Amino acid sequence: MNYNWHWLIFWEASPDGQGTYLDTLLNGLQWTLVTALSAAIAAFVLGSIIGVMRTLPSRTLSRISMAYIELFRNVPLLVQMFLWYFVLPEFLPWGLGEDMKRLLPPWGSLVPAVLCLSFFTSARVAEQVRAGIDSLSKGQKLAGLALGLNLRQTYQYVLLPLVYRIILPTLTSELMNVIKNSSVALTIGLIELTAAAHAMQEFSFQVFEAFTAATLIYIIINIVVVIVMRFLEKRVAVPGFIGTKREAVITS
Amino acid sequence: MAMIDIQHISKWYGSFQALRDCSTKVEKGEVLVICGPSGCGKSTLIKTVNGLEPIQEGEILVNGISLTSPKTNLPQLRAHVGMVFQHFELFPHLSVRENLTLAQVKVLKRSKAEAGEKGLQYLERVGLLEQKDKFPGQLSGGQQQRVAIARALSMDPICMLFDEPTSALDPEMISEVLDVMVKLAQEGMTMMVVTHEMGFARKVAHRVIFMDQGRIIEDLPKEDFFGKPHTERAQQFLDKILVH
Amino acid sequence: MYDFDFDVIWRSLGYLFRDGMTFTLMLTTCAMVGGIILGTLLAMMRLSSYRFFSAPAGLYVNMTRAIPLLLVIFWCYFLLPYICGYVFHELYKISPKPIGDLLIRIFGYQVQDGTPLRIGAFTSSVITFILFQAAYYCEIMRAGIQSVSQGQMGASYALGLNYWQTMFHIILPQAFRNMLPVLLTQTIILFQDTSLVYVLSITDFLGAASKVAQRDGRLVEMYVFVALIYFVICLFLSYLVRCLQSRIAIIR
Repeated sequence: MNYNWHWLIFWEASPDGQGTYLDTLLNGLQWTLVTALSAAIAAFVLGSIIGVMRTLPSRTLSRISMAYIELFRNVPLLVQMFLWYFVLPEFLPWGLGEDMKRLLPPWGSLVPAVLCLSFFTSARVAEQVRAGIDSLSKGQKLAGLALGLNLRQTYQYVLLPLVYRIILPTLTSELMNVIKNSSVALTIGLIELTAAAHAMQEFSFQVFEAFTAATLIYIIINIVVVIVMRFLEKRVAVPGFIGTKREAVITS
Repeated sequence: MAMIDIQHISKWYGSFQALRDCSTKVEKGEVLVICGPSGCGKSTLIKTVNGLEPIQEGEILVNGISLTSPKTNLPQLRAHVGMVFQHFELFPHLSVRENLTLAQVKVLKRSKAEAGEKGLQYLERVGLLEQKDKFPGQLSGGQQQRVAIARALSMDPICMLFDEPTSALDPEMISEVLDVMVKLAQEGMTMMVVTHEMGFARKVAHRVIFMDQGRIIEDLPKEDFFGKPHTERAQQFLDKILVH
Repeated sequence: MYDFDFDVIWRSLGYLFRDGMTFTLMLTTCAMVGGIILGTLLAMMRLSSYRFFSAPAGLYVNMTRAIPLLLVIFWCYFLLPYICGYVFHELYKISPKPIGDLLIRIFGYQVQDGTPLRIGAFTSSVITFILFQAAYYCEIMRAGIQSVSQGQMGASYALGLNYWQTMFHIILPQAFRNMLPVLLTQTIILFQDTSLVYVLSITDFLGAASKVAQRDGRLVEMYVFVALIYFVICLFLSYLVRCLQSRIAIIR
């Protein structure tokens, strides 16, 4: 193959002024993790609320939640990213839009990226929470109510603790997804891991080395996430409860 | 005043009428057994008594409190009406002890210690004290149902509702649950029991209701029901289940 | 308030759909067909009892699912020319005349120099999406094959059919039928994901809209319009999948 291998490139100075090429990649990794983890936390909270809303007796709340889920699931992530970055600032009141446009890098792209990924992922979490609640027997809810717990308490103490245990494997893959999806933020100028590898390739022409490194880092993140979630699954496992015994999703 | 007073209630699921103008009363200390073919509405009827199934017509009074009035605090009322389900419905993520104390603490606002003491006291009464730290999934069906009864009793209920408490159990476990229920009846607990266990009915019931197609078609003292039911439909049903 | 100009959409409608949407749909269709075929083969390999087959397939699927699609797009875009150049060069060494003529006729490519092969944007993205989606289709087909009872396999062998006959006539038809809704849902995701070829400056639906948006300075109108079109199409498609799902549920 007509290719000049040069694996020591990582220890050479990068023209972006961040130190070596390795530093460039690690900086990218840092922004990948910051973006993905903030979005994951927001999506978990928001998704739980929307998902629970979908199962409430109120028709209106259930419809609102359904519309929310459909809206964020049926528009490509990249298009949503553009909407948050280019379109939203035009419509924010009180000059907030101008403030958003004036944010310095990386904040100017980080804020819309986190917002975008949070809403996008929350719709998917909501769907899983909804499916989890539906999968429980109706008797659990009735038993909670029959003991005199009100609806909020029944969700808080009976339904949700069960649902989170049941959907932990799918939440694991959702966490992986949000980490992978954060790469889409490179289109609005966030130098996260994939963008950093791309930049390294442009400066140094060492395509193969740059992308191999990025790939390895993603795989390592993946393994770490799986190990952490396995540990969590063991921690919350309940003896004799089927929901937690399901085979964990290895990598997805 | 009757403990449970059901007055002309009707209920529809969409266009299907599940209950048709049902009325009955349960006095304090009385044991009422409800039987009938599957789909006759007996489970629906018992679930209306603590408002788990809302009704469209009629009125239900429990200890003089109206279930249909919007002013009634349903959770408070339910806290004093014990219910036992066909499929136990213990909370699988909570230990036996936590199952017994959750509602005592959250609804009755008892202290953890008080709730624990009360719970264990009833757990001992159903003979499962040594299982207090296990999880529901580690118990047999019969044991789970006894825990469920203890869970309901630890709320100090004024009456107990049983919705086919033994029909999801393996035959060899039925008697351990029935024994607990018989003891409870003999102690004077007000009970409404949906069951096919006619042996239990003969032993402790005061009255028996027979339902068919959403209607109460027999409401007789036990002796009359087993001696000579008024309707042919009830006679056929009895013949079928007593043949064995 | 923002000053809307919807005329820009009207003016560029032909370009958006004739050039952009056509590319998007072609790419989606090719990637779906190729992805399902490759994915099914991978699934059969993963389920094989020979580690020689199952291990590499498992590695490929897990690795592909661990890294972001954008990284795969970059990988393929930068490295396919090298890899193809290398492969064709090796082939050329085996039999120079026919291979050389063929390559000149198809790609206009002088293999003798051993330079990287220039692949068109369309071919490159089709290959990318087939390779990437195959990993996801593989997991669906694996679940599908496992959903067919073991007895079917036994019955088929008992009738004297061999492995390939059993697979093609007995197992795979049932697996496809069971998994059809999931395969189609994955295809809707693929349809949305194709918008990511934007990073290669390809004129897909989003790329076309983006070019018009930049040229006329009408980002808000164009991106909102794109989002709307994607939303309508995906909502309609997922509605169809749901109808199909309930029909399959009735048949079973």
